[in-house]
Amino acid sequence: MKTKLTTLALGAMMAAGPAMADLVFPSLSYRTGPFAAGGIPFADGYADYFTLLNERDGGIGGVKTRVPECETGYNTEKGVECYEATKGEGALVYQPLSTGITYQLIPKATADDIPIHSMGYGRTSAKNGDVFSHVFNYPANYWNGASGAVNYLLGENGGDLNGKKIALVYHNSAYGKEPIRTLEELAKKHGFELVLLPVDSPGQEQKSQWLQIRRDKPDYVVLWGWGVMNQAAVQEAANIRFPMENFIGVWWSGAEHDVTPAGDKADGYKALTFTGLGSDYPIYDDLKKYVVDTGKAAGAGDQLGSVQYNRGLYAAMLAAEAARTAQEIHGTAEITSGQMRDGMEALDITEAKMADLGMSGFGPEFKVSCENHGGPGLVGVAQWSATDKTWSVISDFQPTDDDVINPLVDEDSSAYAGENKIDPNC
Amino acid sequence: MFYREAGDFKVSYSQDSQTFPIRFDRYRYYVVLAVAFGVVPFLINDYWANAILLPFLIYAIAAIGLNILTGYCGQVSLGTGGFMAVGAYACYKLMTAFPDVSMFIHVLLAGGITAVVGVLFGLPSLRIKGFYLAVATLAAQFFLVWLFNRVPWFYNYSASGQINSPERDVFGIIITGPNAPAWATYLFCLIFLSICALIARNLTRGTVGRTWMAIRDMDIAAEIIGVNPLKAKLSAFAVSSFFVGISGALFFAIYLGAVEVGEVFGIQKSFLVLFMVIIGGLGSIFGSFAGAAFLVLLPVVLKVVGADMLGWPTDIVAHLQLVIVGALIILFLILEPHGLAQLWRVAKEKLRLWPFPH
Repeated sequence: MKTKLTTLALGAMMAAGPAMADLVFPSLSYRTGPFAAGGIPFADGYADYFTLLNERDGGIGGVKTRVPECETGYNTEKGVECYEATKGEGALVYQPLSTGITYQLIPKATADDIPIHSMGYGRTSAKNGDVFSHVFNYPANYWNGASGAVNYLLGENGGDLNGKKIALVYHNSAYGKEPIRTLEELAKKHGFELVLLPVDSPGQEQKSQWLQIRRDKPDYVVLWGWGVMNQAAVQEAANIRFPMENFIGVWWSGAEHDVTPAGDKADGYKALTFTGLGSDYPIYDDLKKYVVDTGKAAGAGDQLGSVQYNRGLYAAMLAAEAARTAQEIHGTAEITSGQMRDGMEALDITEAKMADLGMSGFGPEFKVSCENHGGPGLVGVAQWSATDKTWSVISDFQPTDDDVINPLVDEDSSAYAGENKIDPNC
Repeated sequence: MFYREAGDFKVSYSQDSQTFPIRFDRYRYYVVLAVAFGVVPFLINDYWANAILLPFLIYAIAAIGLNILTGYCGQVSLGTGGFMAVGAYACYKLMTAFPDVSMFIHVLLAGGITAVVGVLFGLPSLRIKGFYLAVATLAAQFFLVWLFNRVPWFYNYSASGQINSPERDVFGIIITGPNAPAWATYLFCLIFLSICALIARNLTRGTVGRTWMAIRDMDIAAEIIGVNPLKAKLSAFAVSSFFVGISGALFFAIYLGAVEVGEVFGIQKSFLVLFMVIIGGLGSIFGSFAGAAFLVLLPVVLKVVGADMLGWPTDIVAHLQLVIVGALIILFLILEPHGLAQLWRVAKEKLRLWPFPH
């Protein structure tokens, strides 16, 4: 007990004095466990972009950046521990890449005045900045994704999905359940039948779900999976000879490592996207020069150009630009997390800015406002070619059905505001 | 020298049968209590509360609960995670249905509801034992998780299927939600742990505990000497589930704040608590504390040493952690099958003789 007490006092002392010398962007990553396949490239991309900024520009606005990494294993308890362990270092923004951890952190981070950027995941109704003052989910959220998938299918069918049957194979967690509400509304609106097929985490075991698909013969299957579940789903679809061009994954179910295990049979599989794909961008020249060739790449350094690496890169770029915006607003180079929040809310991503950064066309143009923390919600569709081993965009960033999504966002966020007695922020 | 019975005269039966018969032990116990209640709340910060102390306190309650069932009554259970989920969801439904009622009452009621559920799933234990009972409780684990995932009423029809604990206070002090101060959440859990440990300790050394142990050691012999197996087994299930339910309610409402049943209360949780009981020591209240502390602290210590101090890559540290924890569990089972509690007992025996070995 005595030693326990001394360690306790020691820990209290260590946690008391945070050094404010750098701009700290903690990376709650997961390089282990069943979801590591997606977690590794994202974390590498996130870290490499900040390394690039440090090496090429000397940080953001003259202040070096630092990316302390903390392994969560996609586990909420470890996520909480990581959050508590890193927030004392002066963390500016959290990007946990996990819907479960995001739900966990929303109230905590709001109380601690630290913003969260859940890019394309997390709580969808956080789009409503009036209620969720510290949570941002630009440029697109799950309900944009669900609507984008349906819009794409509408386009395939000449604008009519009446009488079609669409099956949703989803990770049986907060993440996978997120699109259901929107899909149900869309099913009513467009007259298609929605079949829900939950897959329990981690998702290797999907035999019965695909047996049901073989029996019910849905016209389309939408996949809402992550990590090891994606590979299993694509493999199972191939096993029952489900036509791959009728199989669409959300953006977290459309990376190289999801389709390569199924080999040639995965050819034609589609997935949504809200970022550019491949490494055909000028920024990759800089990455090679300043990060890879100097041996400073994160992880094994073999993920460059992969789909989730690009997402990590994009998330880091948005965070860096928001920090830059915050520095301009508040006229100080060493911003705090509260100022970072203001910067995120005033973020304006234009094509010219992206071209400057060597990421022309990497994502949509958008402007964040106090009311809208979710961006424009533009969704594209990509298709996998097993012969070239590449993803290619087959439908450019398209708007989604805001008539359906916005009322749902209002409903869910006002319920949250009522439960937690939140006053309007705007 | 200090640790001995000599000179500590007992003049009444109650003194003779107290929990800590040795004076040194008794004072140590009071000092631990005084530090835990009087000193730690002033030193605590968010990191210590959320990363170390809250999980330790809550897992200790769960481990005491499982220890009563498995360690004292000999009924192997793999349903701890499921029963914790019952406590969590009961607490959630109560919290949202009766927002003005004190959290103390909600947590106790959640424990009570879990006790009822535990007795229901304990009924098969009257007919089956050993591995077969383990499988039956395993079924409870999967059934309960499935139920909470499947029936929207349990999570108040929220879109994500998660439950979130709203802000509640006790005597005007916020103890759930993000604005709760670290010391308040810590004290709230500590009070529950202290009371649970006291109850458990006194139950296990009284008549009830003796009937449990009689059943554990040989159920037929126990029946012959007049122990009612129905009463003994079901009471063990009820008391054990009551504690486990309390720990589940605290785990959700105080510690995590938002819970997704499949991830938080899955089969891993059942095994984790079972490991705590085995490493700590079956049939020992102290063992429950030691096991919980060991399995909560070890990963954090390994992470701090590996990733923060030595600067190793986080994935290597995470993998090493699995290797080290696994190796330690095996080592413990080989070298000290009775767990940390036995080490403690041996140390006490040695202390009694010290400094003269004979």
